Amino acid sequence: MKLTMIRRDRASRAAMFAAPFIALALTILSSLVLFAVLGKAPGQALYSLLLEPFLSWYAFSEVLLKTAPLLLIAQGLAIGFRANVFNIGAEGQLVIGAIAASALPVWYPQGDVPLMLPAMMVMGALGGMVWAGLAAGLRTRFNANEILVTLMLTLIATQVLNYLLLGPWKDPMGFNFPQSVMFPDAALLPILLPGTRVNVSILIALLASVLAYVLMRHRFSGFQLLVGGLAPRAASYAGFSERRAIWISLLLGGLAAGLAGAAEVAGPLGQLQRSVTSGYGYSAIIVAYLGGLNPLGIVVSAFLMSALAIGGDNAMVSADLPVAAVFVFQGLLLVYYLAALTLIRHRIQVIRPDEKAIP
Amino acid sequence: MNGFDFILAGTLAAATPMLLAALGELVVERSGVLNLGLEGLMAVGAALAFITVYSYDSHAMGFAVAAFGGAALSMVFAAVVLGFAANQVAAGLAIGVLGLGLSSLIGKKFESLTITGLPKLSLPLLSDLPFVGPLFTQDIVVWLTALLAVAIWGVLNHSKLGLIIRAVGENPHAARAIGFPVLRVRCAAIGFGGAMAGVAGAYAATVYTPLWADGMIAGRGWIALALVVFGTWQTGRVVFGALLFGALSLGELAAQAAGIGLPSQVLASIPYAVTILMLAVISSNRRRMRLNTIASLGQPFER
Repeated sequence: MKLTMIRRDRASRAAMFAAPFIALALTILSSLVLFAVLGKAPGQALYSLLLEPFLSWYAFSEVLLKTAPLLLIAQGLAIGFRANVFNIGAEGQLVIGAIAASALPVWYPQGDVPLMLPAMMVMGALGGMVWAGLAAGLRTRFNANEILVTLMLTLIATQVLNYLLLGPWKDPMGFNFPQSVMFPDAALLPILLPGTRVNVSILIALLASVLAYVLMRHRFSGFQLLVGGLAPRAASYAGFSERRAIWISLLLGGLAAGLAGAAEVAGPLGQLQRSVTSGYGYSAIIVAYLGGLNPLGIVVSAFLMSALAIGGDNAMVSADLPVAAVFVFQGLLLVYYLAALTLIRHRIQVIRPDEKAIP
Repeated sequence: MNGFDFILAGTLAAATPMLLAALGELVVERSGVLNLGLEGLMAVGAALAFITVYSYDSHAMGFAVAAFGGAALSMVFAAVVLGFAANQVAAGLAIGVLGLGLSSLIGKKFESLTITGLPKLSLPLLSDLPFVGPLFTQDIVVWLTALLAVAIWGVLNHSKLGLIIRAVGENPHAARAIGFPVLRVRCAAIGFGGAMAGVAGAYAATVYTPLWADGMIAGRGWIALALVVFGTWQTGRVVFGALLFGALSLGELAAQAAGIGLPSQVLASIPYAVTILMLAVISSNRRRMRLNTIASLGQPFER
């Protein structure tokens, strides 16, 4: 007996909706096995992972807080991924965005102009766009692979951050910690839900989701972008270019990531510090895929990923495991999802030794 | 030892982890598969090797365990991209993230412990040469890596096995039509690449800098990926690129030791900036890239 995969005549919608949840279930199952292997109680881990994020208002608000950057960045990245432009350096664009936004409060720590906050957001978005734009220019002008360039730019961005925090931007009153001055109130995003850290960035992310949906649905520009990336030659016959698909994809991805970086320093962090690079840019890649590269799907996947991150953190801390191991969850989730995705276009058929596959 | 001798003596060792990973990836890409997970595979190899060497005091065992671990994790990648014909970019990233997570999970208890590296072996006569002598005093793994590079060049370009691998990468459907098992060849190539990445990580964590720290691969897996592109998928050019980057990272250390008036972060960024620069210079020759790029690279094979 043998299993084989037969291509379906048309994509299965049921499988499309089921795939992320199959992946999630398998991930949770695997992590329980992992916990058991490491000699930790799986029951406790399951509780921390799945229930704790929803059991208290505070934990739930932290899930919402983490959803905002994931959602915003993933919406930007998905535009590029749909057009086969692989910006995997959102983390670096986020860092440069955070740095650009921090420039204002660092230079004017006493500033209380109401315009400070909007200006910071604009600076953050521009910073992210410049960093991603470098990759777009190198790709369109010199044909340099954007996967590698965006990643190298991320490694450089981290060094820029370290340089600023250990050198010119270090808080002189900060007991030598690598962090900037605390931002003035005028540089902080308003809190949305009183008593929590949830700020208006979640609204910005939801607005970005609506815009991403409109862009995808808008017949012409969405289609041009898709064809420009997927079939550059066909696109150039039709008069729209691969070049433009690359620029638009990277600039929008950089804008979203830069804005997310600005919202981090103006939100939960309240200053520029190293922990601004905590992996949102990488997790957002997984969020984008898990949401099927669809703006509506991404809203769901960003929330799930955030809950998994909070729950995972809890589980790791309570089991005394390194928090970085939460990457194990994320990696497994994407691996399972990519495998489950195949079911959308294929069905599995069992072949007995004496018969042939029915095509 | 002056700065020149320092760079001359250290370049080969600094190049070795990148070269080992890049040589493995070269074989994988020649068979038509893009594995972006090198960074994670190297991290897993590094953690496993460090733990093994720390516990059993045997480098041979450490390298073997790392090779096995790298190959095992790359089989997960193979299952997803070959078995399920999934997007190779996304699957490679997933394996990379998974590998980084696993490495910090298993390596946590071994942080800030120390082991001893490997002794340096001098090649007779050559190491007594004036001027270039220091180049010929290296540990055994460096010499084996050099032999391996020659072997991979020979197999890829002058053997039937190499012909099959290249046929599968250039035109999988034609290769299948004349009877080559495309998926099996690719699976074997992925396993080989994973083992090489594991060994590369083992060298980084047990010989080059004998310690384990979270994130210690520090982008070397990504540079290895870039080396394959710079080398336009030719073994000799990949080796040349690895040496260049080895020298560059040594230059960074030498400059820091000499107290050049640049912040260390600027020096640390130089390899990454040079990677971007080289990528731009070499890729801008579109005609040469088209001629050398593996035709089916990154595309799933379905019958």
